[in-house]
Amino acid sequence: MWFKRFFKKRSTRIGIYGPPNAGKTTLANRIIKDWSGEAMGSTSEIPHETRRAKRREGVTITSNGSAVTFDIVDTPGLATKIDFHDFMSFGLEEEEAKRRAKEATEGVIDAIKWLEDLDGILLVMDSTDDPFTQVNVTVIGNMEARRLPLLIVANKIDLPDSAPARIHSAFPQHPMVPISALENTNIDKLYNAMADHFGG
Amino acid sequence: MRGVQIDLISSERLSSMTSMEKIRLILDEVQEGKIVVLESGLDPQEETKLIEVTMSEISPEGFIGIEIESYPQKRRQGLLAKLFSKNPHARLTVIGPANQMKMLHKDRDLISALVSAPEA
Repeated sequence: MWFKRFFKKRSTRIGIYGPPNAGKTTLANRIIKDWSGEAMGSTSEIPHETRRAKRREGVTITSNGSAVTFDIVDTPGLATKIDFHDFMSFGLEEEEAKRRAKEATEGVIDAIKWLEDLDGILLVMDSTDDPFTQVNVTVIGNMEARRLPLLIVANKIDLPDSAPARIHSAFPQHPMVPISALENTNIDKLYNAMADHFGG
Repeated sequence: MRGVQIDLISSERLSSMTSMEKIRLILDEVQEGKIVVLESGLDPQEETKLIEVTMSEISPEGFIGIEIESYPQKRRQGLLAKLFSKNPHARLTVIGPANQMKMLHKDRDLISALVSAPEA
């Protein structure tokens, strides 16, 4: 028994990555709530609401008769620039905007550090946005260089301007699941894809 | 003459530099208001390191970060190339100060950007 436990593989650790406001925490909340009944973090229309990576251990997803256990890591949005003035345009006072900007820069570093400790990632993209952003290109390049599995989540398909096909044609070498984390659309397809892609 | 300095750095020069030397060169030039074009770009790990160091140097009243754009990696053809390639082939990359450079359009084969002169 101890022998089996000693050699038992730990949970598959999956990071949820993407640019700010792609819906990463909304998706993390959906996954955690569906399989453990709790929430992961708060969401906001103001970018960089998540400024520290959060990990939830032992989330078991059952799909097609098999169970796969994940550690889910919700990461801060990746960006190459952070200007506190952008937060002031959402009504934040200057001091609060500066504090949020400082924490957001630390959050991006936090997200990058986590790349070292993952078994795979869900790359969340806003399907109303241009998919050819440097953040997407960099994350995909990193996972390909590390030869780790990647599943693209084309989020916000409930919005009229969404175009998940554009994401698929931009990165055809990786599987993609179009969903709305907010409206709970296609989430079962995502769970099937997660089990297939990361569960082996 | 008032304008924007653009430095185009060759593959040969880049290949003789360590990752941190490249990152330091890029950030020093960008913080002086220059646009840097790398003929052979950075590998994905160097790109994430560049973002990481950029974040640590952002300050409220000064540097707000970088605009960086490169083409998506080319897919390696053939089993041997996939098995033995250490890193995907890095492609042309353009980097500039976020408050001076704005990306207009990007796809697999085209990067179009608008660049303004630094404020006097």
